[in-house]
Amino acid sequence: MEPLREDLNIIQQWIKPNSKVLDLGCGQGILLKYLSEHKNVHGYGLEINPDKITACIKKGLNVIEQNLDKGLSNFQENTIDTVVMTQALQAVQRPDLLLDEMLRIGNEAIVTFPNFGYWRTRFYLLLKGRMPMSKTLPYNWYDTPNIHLCTFRDFEVLCHEKGIRILNKTVVDGEHKEHLSINLWPSMLGETAIYRIKRK
Amino acid sequence: MPEVIAEDSVGLVTPELIHFSEPLTLRSGKVLPSYDLMVETYGTLNADKSNAVLICHALSGDHHVAGFHSMDDKKPGWWDSAIGPGKAIDTNKFFVVGLNNLGGCSGSTGPLSLNPETGKPYGPEFPMLAVRDWVASQARLADYLGIEKWAAVVGGSLGGMQVLRWSIQFPERIANAIIVASAPKLSAQNIAFNEVARQAISKDPDFHDGYYHEHGTIPKTGLMQARMLGHITYLSAASMRDKFGRDLKHGKYNYSFAPEFEVESYLHYQGEKFSNSFDANTYMLMTRALDYFDPASGCDGDLVACLSQAQCRFLVVSFTTDWRFDPSRSEEIVNALVEANKNVSYACIESDHGHDAFLLPIPRYLEVFKAYMDGIETIAGGK
Repeated sequence: MEPLREDLNIIQQWIKPNSKVLDLGCGQGILLKYLSEHKNVHGYGLEINPDKITACIKKGLNVIEQNLDKGLSNFQENTIDTVVMTQALQAVQRPDLLLDEMLRIGNEAIVTFPNFGYWRTRFYLLLKGRMPMSKTLPYNWYDTPNIHLCTFRDFEVLCHEKGIRILNKTVVDGEHKEHLSINLWPSMLGETAIYRIKRK
Repeated sequence: MPEVIAEDSVGLVTPELIHFSEPLTLRSGKVLPSYDLMVETYGTLNADKSNAVLICHALSGDHHVAGFHSMDDKKPGWWDSAIGPGKAIDTNKFFVVGLNNLGGCSGSTGPLSLNPETGKPYGPEFPMLAVRDWVASQARLADYLGIEKWAAVVGGSLGGMQVLRWSIQFPERIANAIIVASAPKLSAQNIAFNEVARQAISKDPDFHDGYYHEHGTIPKTGLMQARMLGHITYLSAASMRDKFGRDLKHGKYNYSFAPEFEVESYLHYQGEKFSNSFDANTYMLMTRALDYFDPASGCDGDLVACLSQAQCRFLVVSFTTDWRFDPSRSEEIVNALVEANKNVSYACIESDHGHDAFLLPIPRYLEVFKAYMDGIETIAGGK
């Protein structure tokens, strides 16, 4: 098996063995497959892309076709140990409501998203006067699925307002790798953030 | 007529009538002293008998699930699109078993069969059946075939209800449950449609309270109306628009009540065909079994508690324009399974074909179906 991508590797370390996990926008199920094989996690993935759903079924994973924008009201309160959402927060209609939902059904949540405050993004806008595009954010302003981009600081302010506790925070670069240097000034130097959060 | 049989067809098949002499006590309390089941199989049962798949049929289905009975057949079995070499249920890998359910009219013991006590056909005296009775008789069939545990039990619509019932009635005898276009119980609207169908049949002057065989009649008009109504609920507004629109039969209005529109002719044809081949008492029985089905009622209406008894993995599939059992009905099953910590995958397939979609070769549907079925051995061997 290929080694797990760095951000997913950080996430898996935050997930307890034998726990119940819900992965929102689980893609091809790489994280769920790893968790099932290495940590005996009982996982479910939500996904809307037909090919990705088939890929998960081929892996023998539990995948449920469900649009995150329609909410998670079908899941009962406190029934999941950890709700994970990688790189989807910025693409949903109401990230704030989804965060509430994640922490309603889950004991903890792990969220990753691209940092709009990354220094290259800041300079792109400052110097070119156009909506930033990069390897992490490859879309035009008009066709991007990333409709709610935010900076690390924006996210932390939202957590503070909602009374959400940040248990862990790690920042990785565009290759999803962790560097010591990034942590010197994460909100400027980090491209992707990984937060572990919980209700207060 | 198939001039040549396609490579992915199970080919020419022959059904077999199997007799069961052990009495079967039904949910209603009545006892069937003995019965026959008409059965068809495809593929080969492996040495450890771990590759058997049971197909449960819906309202008007039967044992003839795939392939042809003769080179003169106009059409293959009712789920030929999903069963055959290399298909979703790959007969190179699986041993597939189809049967006509008890109470049916395609060879298994039902209202057309002779009642050993009277020497006359059962007719309306055939005992009322429940989904669990079908499952019990299917378990006897598994015993007969030496199958301890089904690799999978598969069904759509009413067939899916049998699969759901299997998962809790014999949890240790089913490894995978595939439930397509189904529901955990009927809605008031579903029951209402069934009742209109039953009224159409029972109020046909040729019905004679179900003793039509004694009068030498068949309630064809009632059966035809029931089928026409049913057929409308199997299609969607979109599929009817695409298939018929307002197309006229004769190109212009004839200002009469004879069929003017293509959709009328189609329904007449379907109703007529059905009324010539299906037994009215069976239709009454089958729709009633549908109405009664509510496995959660055994757990005070708690579907989560009910499904907690299951041990198998589940695949649940629905179709976007199915309004007979719309996707939210499948999602009730999925949500309860998740809450009960069961293994489940769910796909909602985009389709214009309404409830009928479950029988059609829709690429994404068959892809999901095949992906799941192909994984069955891996999972059985690996975990």
